[in-house]
Amino acid sequence: MSVLVLTLIILLGAFLAGLIGSLTGLGGGVIIIPLLTLVLKVDIHYAIGASLVSVIATSSGSAAAYVKEGISNIRVGMFLEIATTVGAVIGAFIAVYAETNMIAVIFGLVLVLSAALSFKKHAEIIASKPNRLAALLKLNSSYPTAAGEINYTVQHVPGGFFMMMIAGVLSGLLGIGSGALKVLAMDNIMKLPFKVSTTTSNFMIGVTAAASAGVYFERGYIDPGLAMPVMLGVLAGAFAGSKILVKAQTKSLRVVFAIVITFLAIQMIYNGLNGKI
Amino acid sequence: MKQGQHVKDSDLETIMGSLLRIGVLIAATVVLIGGILYLFQHGRAEPHYHTFSGEPKDLKNIKSIFTEVFKLQSTAIIQLGVLVLIATPIARIIFSIVGFVLEKDYLYVVITFIVLGIIAFSMLSGLAG
Repeated sequence: MSVLVLTLIILLGAFLAGLIGSLTGLGGGVIIIPLLTLVLKVDIHYAIGASLVSVIATSSGSAAAYVKEGISNIRVGMFLEIATTVGAVIGAFIAVYAETNMIAVIFGLVLVLSAALSFKKHAEIIASKPNRLAALLKLNSSYPTAAGEINYTVQHVPGGFFMMMIAGVLSGLLGIGSGALKVLAMDNIMKLPFKVSTTTSNFMIGVTAAASAGVYFERGYIDPGLAMPVMLGVLAGAFAGSKILVKAQTKSLRVVFAIVITFLAIQMIYNGLNGKI
Repeated sequence: MKQGQHVKDSDLETIMGSLLRIGVLIAATVVLIGGILYLFQHGRAEPHYHTFSGEPKDLKNIKSIFTEVFKLQSTAIIQLGVLVLIATPIARIIFSIVGFVLEKDYLYVVITFIVLGIIAFSMLSGLAG
């Protein structure tokens, strides 16, 4: 296989990853890394580096669209970025010394978890209980809905902060955005409204990925021949996805995606345990 | 007062959003140019990704990337685009500091500086060896 053929295959795969990632909200990294490692037999360190680049691209590229809706909470985002960036640096540091097959097994487990989380029901309960720490950090805010502005308060700040640190470690270790875990921290633990959680999480993903991308870049884990088709493909796919977003079809798409992801996860774990990755 | 703060926040976010989009567009353009050149220069070569060996020194050091870019070395042009991309979220953080200063929210000026400091540490500490 020549470089040209490999580049075209990755470009196509990355386009699909970006497209499906943006339609399901799971992000492209979870498909890119299995594609590169399982199908194209690329070393997982290179795959993580390329994926991180695409994570920054999609997060930054879609931020403009989300911001227009005016529902992300930049103070919650900025405060929690302390946790995610510290985690990301720790994760990238672990990745430098971790065996490739161990990374593959952890990746598989996180993949299953992400797929499961995408099916969680989101009951929209607006918290209004006052919380001292949240008030001190000015995290409480309001967001626009069809029924007008709704005020919400933020709960369990330390718990959310800790969960965010774990999300950061996984992001730095595996080269994914770990958006599912970020949403879990804000939605389930801190009781932010679901829409606020998802948009704020998207805003944070790029910063988290940039923190670990610096380490990967310096280590020489970001290869231009791979980063180029991955970044361009995912960006084009995510852009196409944002144009064709049809609400009615996302549910069945999500089911298909979860099945694919679970299959990929089993492959990653199996190959990791057998030392074939 | 709360209303006023909210309006300012959304102004800030709109500018930040456009800033990010412009950064991504520039990065993608640079990578695309480098990529086309790359396929012309290396398209028929044999890929070598099965075993990890790390990038050569001149592709992970900012100064030497610039030297190689001027020699029209395609891989260095792609790396430059990647660097621009990594810089976009960092630019957003720096911009946030300005925004919080304008809002006189000094708590968040400090918080944002902490985030910036962590990222700077990750890049300059030599943690990566």
